[in-house]
Amino acid sequence: MRKFKEYIIEKLILASGLASIFFVIVIFLFLLKEGLAVFKIVTPANFLFGKNWYPISEPPQLGIFPLILGSLLVTLGAAIISVPIGIACAVYIAEVAPVRTKEILKASIELLAAIPSVVLGFIGMVTLVPWVKSIFKLPTGLTALSGSIMLAFMAMPTIVSIAEDALYSVPRSHKEGALALGATHWQTIYRVLLPAASSGILAAVMLGIGRVIGETMAVMMITGNAALMPHSFLQPVRTLTATIAAEMGEAVVGSEHYFALFAIGIVLFVISFAINITADLFLHRKR
Amino acid sequence: MVKFNIEGLNIWFGQIHSIKELRMEIYANEILSVIGPANSGKTTFLRMLNRLNELEMNFSMKGKVEFDGQGIFTFDTEVLRKKIGMVFALPLPLPLSIFGNVAYGARMHGVRQKKKLEDIVEKALQEAYLWDEVKDRLGASAFKLSGGQQQRLCIARTLAVEPEVILFDEPCSGLDPISTAKVEEAMRKLKQHYSLVLVTNNVKQAARVGDRTAFFLSGELVEIDKTEKIFTMPSDTRTDEYIRGKFG
Repeated sequence: MRKFKEYIIEKLILASGLASIFFVIVIFLFLLKEGLAVFKIVTPANFLFGKNWYPISEPPQLGIFPLILGSLLVTLGAAIISVPIGIACAVYIAEVAPVRTKEILKASIELLAAIPSVVLGFIGMVTLVPWVKSIFKLPTGLTALSGSIMLAFMAMPTIVSIAEDALYSVPRSHKEGALALGATHWQTIYRVLLPAASSGILAAVMLGIGRVIGETMAVMMITGNAALMPHSFLQPVRTLTATIAAEMGEAVVGSEHYFALFAIGIVLFVISFAINITADLFLHRKR
Repeated sequence: MVKFNIEGLNIWFGQIHSIKELRMEIYANEILSVIGPANSGKTTFLRMLNRLNELEMNFSMKGKVEFDGQGIFTFDTEVLRKKIGMVFALPLPLPLSIFGNVAYGARMHGVRQKKKLEDIVEKALQEAYLWDEVKDRLGASAFKLSGGQQQRLCIARTLAVEPEVILFDEPCSGLDPISTAKVEEAMRKLKQHYSLVLVTNNVKQAARVGDRTAFFLSGELVEIDKTEKIFTMPSDTRTDEYIRGKFG
């Protein structure tokens, strides 16, 4: 009887494990089936590097290069802002802060992670956007820069908490060894702790970036959504995610437009898959 | 010449009284072995000398510790720790080349010229009895070395900062007898230029290399004397029992 129970439980766990793999594969196949259909109309090169996105003109122009650039620009901006601040914050929490400050900081960073992206989006819309507009004297504040700043806030909690874990898991003996050689606190941090935690910190950065590139709601609200080739941070841009979210509702099922949106989904899937794999490689390299 | 002068030293970690009313001197150019069972306070004593105990949150102390006639708390920690090097129980090479490991401390203290760094590295490796074994592969990763070689590399790294005192915290606990013999040989050589304090769980090692031996028990210094005296006719019965292996 007990053996039988064991058997049932084992099989149930196995089935749950297989289910998750099964769903991933099914989703991916569905995405491929719907997305690849677009390449009957447009070549992959023209799709990826075409400069015009007019999906409902006649004939439709399906070039997603401006959208890819939009996503990359916003992500790059967010990374430039959030990575240094995030790592510095992690160092402060892990190494410098007194116990009480540390607890407060950790809790507030978790709170920052808990804010829904749509809320961040509208806060950005009413505060950040007018601010960007007046500072840079632009016709509109709905720009890549605004999106980057807002997304930096979203990447920060991920970067800080994972980088802090990485710093915390550096063996104490490394730190003592450096101090015993006469290193100052900063030299110890800079020359021993950061290099020793580098794989974890890189993983933190990658995961933070992964979060940014997949983010939809906030960027849709504050980047202006113009599918034009971006030339600077102070222009409206449109990201891959925002395009799908904004247009899926009105695309006719089975139309070129519909297939093209699925193909964008494939591109996004590939990008975040690559980022996650890289993060994973970094995480497992040294452990 | 007196290197360290310690009087009325008490150390607590929270409620635990780790060192009780310690009074002792450490001389220049001697090897002082410190023996005692676990929790006897010998490592705490060692980490007091280069002020590593302060890293603990609940550390508190009372008493006087003087280095070269000057209270250790009048020094900046970096300056003090540069003069008082430390070798840990587990060899702890940094993820750098052999050369990089030894040059590390010197670089950190501002030595930039390549020639000078090379001289420092060679001298330190010679003193640590490692030069002949690694001189042809200074660029190789430090992790390629054996355990005993890594420990001597750590000694060389400590020497490269040109300290006056070297603290050894059970430096041979993870090593085989042959590596241990080489480390001990290095220590005996180093005595000519440095003061050495060796904390060890290996009573025989203390007998082999120490000029003087101190025996700690539950935070108290039971006895300190010439090594021959401690090992032939100790004045305290507890010392006698410990070195003969009756407890510990």
